[in-house]
Amino acid sequence: MLPWLTRRLAQSLLLIFILVSAVFFVVRLAPGDPLNQVVEEELGAGDRELIRQRLGLDGSLIEQYQRWLGSMLQGDLGTSLRQQRPVTEIIGEAMGPTLLLTLTAYGLQLILVIASALIMATRRGQPLDHAVQGIGLTFYSLPFFWLALMFVLLFSRQLGWFPAGGWESPDAAFLSVGERWLDRLHHLVLPAMTLALGAFMGPARYLRAGLDDVLAQDYILAARARGLSERRVLLRHGLRNALMPLITLLGMWLPNLLGGALVVEVVFGWPGMGRVTIEAIWARDYPVIMATTLLTGVAVVVGSTLADLLYRWADPRVRIPDLSESEGGAHDAS
Amino acid sequence: MTLPETMATVQGPSPWWRRRGLMLGLILTFGSALIGLLAPLLAPGDPAALGELSERLAAPSAQHLLGTDLLGRDVLVRLVHGARTSLLVGWVSVLAAMICGTLVGMAAGLGPRWLDRLLMSITDLFMAFPRIFLILLLVSLTAPSLMLIMAVLGVTGWMGVARLVRAETLTLREREFVAAARGLGLTPWQVAWRHILPGLWPTIIVATSLRVGGAILSESFLSYLGLGVQEPMVSWGGMIQMGRANLVDGWWLATLPGVVLALTVIGYNLLGENLREWLDPRRQGGGLDG
Repeated sequence: MLPWLTRRLAQSLLLIFILVSAVFFVVRLAPGDPLNQVVEEELGAGDRELIRQRLGLDGSLIEQYQRWLGSMLQGDLGTSLRQQRPVTEIIGEAMGPTLLLTLTAYGLQLILVIASALIMATRRGQPLDHAVQGIGLTFYSLPFFWLALMFVLLFSRQLGWFPAGGWESPDAAFLSVGERWLDRLHHLVLPAMTLALGAFMGPARYLRAGLDDVLAQDYILAARARGLSERRVLLRHGLRNALMPLITLLGMWLPNLLGGALVVEVVFGWPGMGRVTIEAIWARDYPVIMATTLLTGVAVVVGSTLADLLYRWADPRVRIPDLSESEGGAHDAS
Repeated sequence: MTLPETMATVQGPSPWWRRRGLMLGLILTFGSALIGLLAPLLAPGDPAALGELSERLAAPSAQHLLGTDLLGRDVLVRLVHGARTSLLVGWVSVLAAMICGTLVGMAAGLGPRWLDRLLMSITDLFMAFPRIFLILLLVSLTAPSLMLIMAVLGVTGWMGVARLVRAETLTLREREFVAAARGLGLTPWQVAWRHILPGLWPTIIVATSLRVGGAILSESFLSYLGLGVQEPMVSWGGMIQMGRANLVDGWWLATLPGVVLALTVIGYNLLGENLREWLDPRRQGGGLDG
């Protein structure tokens, strides 16, 4: 267990390191000077050089890389070029909203996945199965951002049930703690729904295939023969065994969810990591881009490692599947 | 539920549904392709031509079947021309990704072990990251253009294909006819080209169909962000972006391009799904990812 975990984490660290380094060079080699975001154009060449020095944008690319690597290893992610405040502060503020959104959506998605897979597997070939498949495929084929807009049009503009964007009301500061959280939940409904509905069909079909396999096993036949109720057979003997492969899938699904969250955050003006990322990319805000890259990489690695651990714990028979053998697809999260 | 029924339900979807899904997929994909190809004939006007002042933001009517936008441009004409952009980007980028992915996957599956490890490590590296993040990063590097989008979607899209093709190649490699071909003294290239590749076609065709839909979705999001194709070229994502400002008083502006977009993508997904069931029954019921 331990050697496996160490090797796994070492590989992951190397992977993140390569990725972050690649992003460092690609972003800096691209045309576009971040200085233009910070200063007036009329500034003289001397002044520009001075500011460049202060922002750490002077010297050769290799020197910049060494400096960046050094401070990153000390836990210093630098200062945002655009906002002129520490990157950790910006990230810290954005982390909460993103966690709230993705975890809620994850939960909703899991419920949708299990419910629809159970329906599909037990009503195989019947109208209900086809209805669920049709609905799932439709949501899967919709652009996230458009689905978000349609929710806003219907539930916010027409019916007035939910706010159209943001994560709290303008007067949130004057509310009590309880009211403030209620206000946030109110804002959370539409973004979380968009995110959960947009991509539940992928894992649902996977689970359904697993259920089909499990339900054809002899022990299911035996359970039925013992006179157990169909419900008990399905939930205790069927679902329980079919859920295990889903654990791994949900770990690998995390990149998709993070990508989807980025899209949803942009449309709803949700002040999370996705919006921070996009704004940083627009503004060529190097330190922020690097930090979000790093964090995304870490999140993905932690997610898949946790999933593998959980899988191992749930089913000791399984050799940890070599990542290069697995066939996790990545649906484009748009 | 009695036992025989339960056993019967494990057999697979009933044929009528299978055929219906395939037909619907074919109609939607061929329909959108025809509309894109025949755009100049179907909707002769210039999609970028500005309308009269009085015709701005006109609701659907006999004169403008699907209404007009803020600049008085006919929405129907723009939708028809937008099909060209979406399909062009979708197909070119996916074909590029399929070629790269197939080459990498075959090389990993047939080559020496160190090559396999190297290629699969690179594949994992790319795959571990949310694709949309990479796309945004790369697209924002230079001025947006049609070529750039197709290149970026191609470059970020080959990894899944490489995995699939490698897995399939590994099983094909062990088959007797491949061993026979080797025994006959064919070069590795000949074996790959004549004996492995033909066996890969079902996988490749299904993955292509499923991926075109995904690429169309990605393009639309980039255009929505203003990072996609630029005016005067029309794209459905760009139309949705413009319609956002008039979500209520011009509901048709954001709604209709999304519906058309969704129908096209549904078409490709349905086609891919049903082709998979037909070409490759073993994979039935798997993920939607090709």
